[in-house]
Amino acid sequence: MAGHEGNGMPQIGSANKKGQIITDPQELFFLSPRSQAFLTGSEVIKEAVKRASVDFSVAYPITPQSEASSLVGELYADGYVGDYMRGESEFAVMGECAGGAFGGARVFTTTAGPGTLRAFENFPMWAGSRLPIEVVFTVRGVNSPLSIQPDTLEIAFMLETGMLLWHAETAQDLFDYILKGYIVAEKPEVHLPIGVIVDGFFVTHTKDMVMMTPENRALPHYNPYASPVTCMDMESPPVRMMRDPFVMKSNYISYMTHASWQLEVRAAIERSRKHTIPLLDGLIEVENPDAEIMLVSSGTAVSQSREAIRLFRDQGVKVGLVKIKTIRPFPEQELKMALKNAKHIFVPEFNIAGWMAKEIKSILPDNERVVAGPHVAGGMTMPPEIIVEEIERSLALKGKKELIHG
Amino acid sequence: MSAMKRRINIRMSGLGGQGVVTSAHIMAMAASKEDKFSISNPFFGAEKRMAPAESYVRIGPEKIYDRGELVYPDVVMVFHPQVITMGKSYTMPFYSGIKQKGIVIINDDIELLTDAEKEELDQMGILVYYVPATKMALDIAGTELSTNMAMIGSVSGLTDVIGMEALDLALQDRFGKKYVASGGTATLDEAIKKKFAKKEMLLQKNLDTIKVAYDRAKDYAKSNNYIPAVMA
Repeated sequence: MAGHEGNGMPQIGSANKKGQIITDPQELFFLSPRSQAFLTGSEVIKEAVKRASVDFSVAYPITPQSEASSLVGELYADGYVGDYMRGESEFAVMGECAGGAFGGARVFTTTAGPGTLRAFENFPMWAGSRLPIEVVFTVRGVNSPLSIQPDTLEIAFMLETGMLLWHAETAQDLFDYILKGYIVAEKPEVHLPIGVIVDGFFVTHTKDMVMMTPENRALPHYNPYASPVTCMDMESPPVRMMRDPFVMKSNYISYMTHASWQLEVRAAIERSRKHTIPLLDGLIEVENPDAEIMLVSSGTAVSQSREAIRLFRDQGVKVGLVKIKTIRPFPEQELKMALKNAKHIFVPEFNIAGWMAKEIKSILPDNERVVAGPHVAGGMTMPPEIIVEEIERSLALKGKKELIHG
Repeated sequence: MSAMKRRINIRMSGLGGQGVVTSAHIMAMAASKEDKFSISNPFFGAEKRMAPAESYVRIGPEKIYDRGELVYPDVVMVFHPQVITMGKSYTMPFYSGIKQKGIVIINDDIELLTDAEKEELDQMGILVYYVPATKMALDIAGTELSTNMAMIGSVSGLTDVIGMEALDLALQDRFGKKYVASGGTATLDEAIKKKFAKKEMLLQKNLDTIKVAYDRAKDYAKSNNYIPAVMA
C-alpha cells in the first residue's frame, strides 16, 4: 500500500490513536501470530472492523445484521472507528456511505435482505463512482411471506451491480475477507465497492472458532489520493458526470461514454483477480478433484456439502467439492479446469432460484452435466442427508445407480 | 468424562426469554474448553417472550461443518411444557426426526406425553427424562431465569458429553464479561444481573443450579444402569 505522507495519517510501523501498530497487510495476514477465539459471526465482524482502520460507518437495524452494526457502534465509542452514525433507512445509509467515500474516507456498513433491496439504487452508483466502500451482507429471505431466516436469493440481485462480491463460508472467512477486502477494493486499478457476503444466522448467530490477527495491529489507512478518479473534483469523472450528466445531451457520445465506463467497471473487477488470488489462496478451493461427482457452491452450502462428502466417504464413494470464494470476479477459468473431468456436477443452494447453478451452466462446456440442486429456501436447513438423497435420486434417473452402490 | 467417538446433536426447544439460545452457546463454549469441536446456533422469529425459540448445539471429535436447524437430533430438550402441550415447537411432534436410542429431556414433573407418543418413543428406544428445571431454578437460584442452567446440567449429567469444570469456565466466559448476542439477549442479561446483588452471586447460584441438576441426572443414570447410546 502506497504511503500518503503529510496528511496526518499514521504510517506503517507507527501507532494509531488507540496504540495499534499500523502493519503491512502481508505481514498482518500471513506473518503475525494469530490467536484463537470462540465467537458469533456478529462478534467476528466487530473484531475485524476493529483492525481495519475504518474512518466512517453508518448503521441501520435489520435482522440478522443488527448485532454487528450495534457492535461497530461500540468500536466507535471506544475510538476504533473514526465516525459513526445511524441512517434514516437503508437507502439513506448507502447514500451517506457514498458521501463519506467521496470525501476520502474508508467506509464500512452492514445490511441484509430487504435492507439490501431498499438500498439497491446505490450499489451500481457506488461502482460507477468508483467508491471502495465495504458492505457486509448478512443474507436472509427477501420475499413475501416474510422470512428473516438465511436465504441467498438477494445475492442474485447484486450480480451485475459492478461490485466485487466475496462469499464467506465460515466465521474465519468472514474475519479474513473483511480485512483483505479493503486491500483489494482500494487498489488504484480496482477501486470498486466490495460486498462481503455471509449467510445470516448460519454464520452471524453461530458460535464458531476463529483465528484472529493481533488486537494491537491494524491495516494501513485508506489513501484517497491513490484513487483512479479524483477525490470530489468537480471537473473530472465521476462528479463531473453527475453535475452535468451526459443524459442531458442524449446523443451517441453520451451513450458511448456510459457504455465504455460500464465496461471499465467490469474490467476493473477482472483486474482484482491478481490481487485476490494470493490473498485468498485462489478464487476457488478444490477437494477430491479427480472425483466423477462434484459438488459446487459458495457460502454455508459448501459446509453442508463437506458433511455430505463425509457421508459418501463412509459408503466408499468419492465425491469432490469446489468452493467458490468470489462470485465477482466469477472464477470462470478456474471452474472450467476444476470441473474438466467431472461427469456429474451438483449445485446445492439456499435459494429458490438456483442462480449459482445458472452462473455455472453459463460458462461450462457440456453443461448438461450440471444439476441445479438440491435447493432449500426461506430459512430451511439443508441437512447433508438431503444432498446425498438428491445425488442418489438424480443419478438413479440417469441410470448411474452403480456409482453410488457399486 | 468419556472420550467422544462420534458427534452428538442436541436440539433445544423452548420459549423466547427462557435462555434457550444462551444454553446452546454455553454448551458449545464448554465443549471447546474440553478441546472438542462444537458449533451452536439459534433459530427464532422476531424476538418476543413466550414465542417458540430453538437453538442447536453440535459437539464432536472432528471439525463440524454442518449448521442450521437440527433435523436429526440425538437429544431433544424441552424447556417449557407449552412446547408439547400447545405445540410451540418448530416441528410437530416436538421430537420429529429424533434418532434411535436418543434422549428427550422435559422440564416438568408431570407426564405430558400421550400414550401414542410414549409408545412411539419407546419403540425407538428413546429415554424420556423429566426434570423440574424451573422449580430447581427457583429453589436454588431464587429465579426461574435459571431454568436453562438446570437443563444444561441435566443433559451434561445424562450424556457425560461435558464435565462440570468446563461448564463453570463457560459460564464465567458468558456472564463474566460484556456480551451481545442480540438486543433481546442484552436486555435479559441486564434483567438477570438485577436479580443478583453481585455478579459473583449470579455466577455461583447459576453454577449451583447446574450442579444439582447434573448430579440428579448422574444419579438417575447410575441407579437405572443407563448408558447413553449417543456417547457409545
